Amino acid sequence: MTDHTFSADGVAVGYGDRTVIDSLDLAVPDHRIGAIIGPNGCGKSTLLRALSRLLRPSAGSVLLDGRAIHEMPTRQVATVLGLLPQSPSCPEGIVVEDLVSRGRAPHRGTFARWKAADDEAIASAMEQTGIAELATRPVDELSGGQRQRVWIAMALAQQTDLLLLDEPTTYLDLAYQIDVLELLAELNRSRGTTIVMVLHDINLAARYCDWLVAMRDGAVMAQGAPAEVVTEQNLREVFSLDTRVLPDPVNGAPIVVPIGRATPSHADGPQRGRGERAA
Amino acid sequence: MMTTLMPFSSTPAPLAEPSTADRVRARRRHRQRRWVLVVLLLVAVVIALFMVNLCVGERSYSPAEAIRVILGQKVPGAGFTIGRLRLPRASTAVLAGAAFGVVGACFQILLRNTLASPDIIGITAGANTAAVAGIILLGASGLALTAMAVSGGLLTALLIAVLAWRRGGATSRLILIGIAASSMFDAATMWIMIGGNQYDIQAASRWLTGSLNGARFADLGPLLVVMALGMPVIATAGRALDAMRLGEDTAAGLGVRVQATRIVVMLVGVLMLATATATTGPIAFVSLLCGPIAANLVGPGRSYLLPAALVGSAMVLGSDFIAAHLLAHTYPVGVVTGIVGGAYLIVLITRLTRSQPA
Repeated sequence: MTDHTFSADGVAVGYGDRTVIDSLDLAVPDHRIGAIIGPNGCGKSTLLRALSRLLRPSAGSVLLDGRAIHEMPTRQVATVLGLLPQSPSCPEGIVVEDLVSRGRAPHRGTFARWKAADDEAIASAMEQTGIAELATRPVDELSGGQRQRVWIAMALAQQTDLLLLDEPTTYLDLAYQIDVLELLAELNRSRGTTIVMVLHDINLAARYCDWLVAMRDGAVMAQGAPAEVVTEQNLREVFSLDTRVLPDPVNGAPIVVPIGRATPSHADGPQRGRGERAA
Repeated sequence: MMTTLMPFSSTPAPLAEPSTADRVRARRRHRQRRWVLVVLLLVAVVIALFMVNLCVGERSYSPAEAIRVILGQKVPGAGFTIGRLRLPRASTAVLAGAAFGVVGACFQILLRNTLASPDIIGITAGANTAAVAGIILLGASGLALTAMAVSGGLLTALLIAVLAWRRGGATSRLILIGIAASSMFDAATMWIMIGGNQYDIQAASRWLTGSLNGARFADLGPLLVVMALGMPVIATAGRALDAMRLGEDTAAGLGVRVQATRIVVMLVGVLMLATATATTGPIAFVSLLCGPIAANLVGPGRSYLLPAALVGSAMVLGSDFIAAHLLAHTYPVGVVTGIVGGAYLIVLITRLTRSQPA
């Protein structure tokens, strides 16, 4: 596992004429797990798409080891930076092992044959995610939780030092959500993989992450360790929500107990002029 | 990592447990073997049908005679029938079928929809209109006709892409726009034909059904060149296209240049398709059918571009044989593929609408 620097430097990004993020700076801590949180439409998925070069910034740049990722050959980026999008699609009837092996694409090129290293990477990705027994099953017959493990295994087979995930726990029940996050934490512990994900559940984010970024209206409202970000004051500003924040009895991370919509006088403070979202 | 005690590590030891990596390798080889087997089988079928088309007809010849003609030897009688009539016709069928098949599969993958073959989304119709305009208004044939069809196809592809993607549209929108454009082009084709003289109308309508009648080597040049240049490009884009079946974001994450792949494959695809269309006329539904058939043959998740090309060749060869020899009259090949393809389209639409509860 090599060290990397990964950051967004004055990034502005949007879709067509609509700017979602105006000018955003973010330094991703190496070998740590982090999450981007915030209300729907705050630009957290957009930020992740910019970080993973799916969207080209209209200003500023995303820097990987000091180089702008949009200027680098995309296959070279793919050997360092892995991505699990929100809703990947799987070819009908494809078996688990076959799908996982697609993660080797950036290491193989246009015509190269399969090498022993490819088989080792596929096998170890399936073993780490606990799906080796499912290897010959069609992916579309698996449960949601199992399927998500398969996609993560594909990303692992890519053997990147950085891994970006867009809402990896969405549509999963609580037990599977924990499964997925435990798996990522284990990956971070054993291989030092740097992980950045978009998460909806603040409690789970606080529990599993080393750092959090809270966004609203395309801007970073707070960032730092979970205890610094998940505060009653910040939640009111980010989500317009009155809450109580308590220490998690299991590991001391903050947990959020929502009370209700913040009264306008509270919510008005942080509201910014440019924060109006297109309907 | 388990190491087996057997001297031959590639053969699974009966007692020693093979490692997961060994199993991964063995199972992948198994899947690859099936792919190779299917491709060899399809090549054999294409060769067999090719030979049948050469040998069987009003006067039949032995395969040996046909091969001697192919090799350029003088064979009395067979020299003309095979060399001048059947060989150009069968060669055209192989090349045009391959073009229709592989381009259809490419479009279905790029647009991630079985219905998104160029004959459904209007590209073929656009090429038709331009070609018929060429036949009727300009008296075009040969290379000029090819050029007209290619520009018609490219313009239509561009038009549909602009209309559908202007606001980041979904594929379903592109298909609907394509179907509408298709009808408009068909109407325009009719309108142009009505203005033509009797002889040109016949030529145009025969061409529109998709026909190999009167195929000549002299007309095969453009298609041969375009296929020789286009197929390697498609083959090079094969792995990128394979990755794009996982969704464009996933493919980009795996290091695929999604936008570049899309543009290159679209351009080369339309070029191949329109050239084939100009050569034979639009042979109905071959583009739509080959991808799904090839995908079924090679098994889930396998690349099916080359198999789709072979299925296309076999389909056009087979359909032409049926149309020319097995029916009461001699029909153009497009009649057979049209009937079979139309039936398949109905099945496909029924299945699609059933899987989406209203």
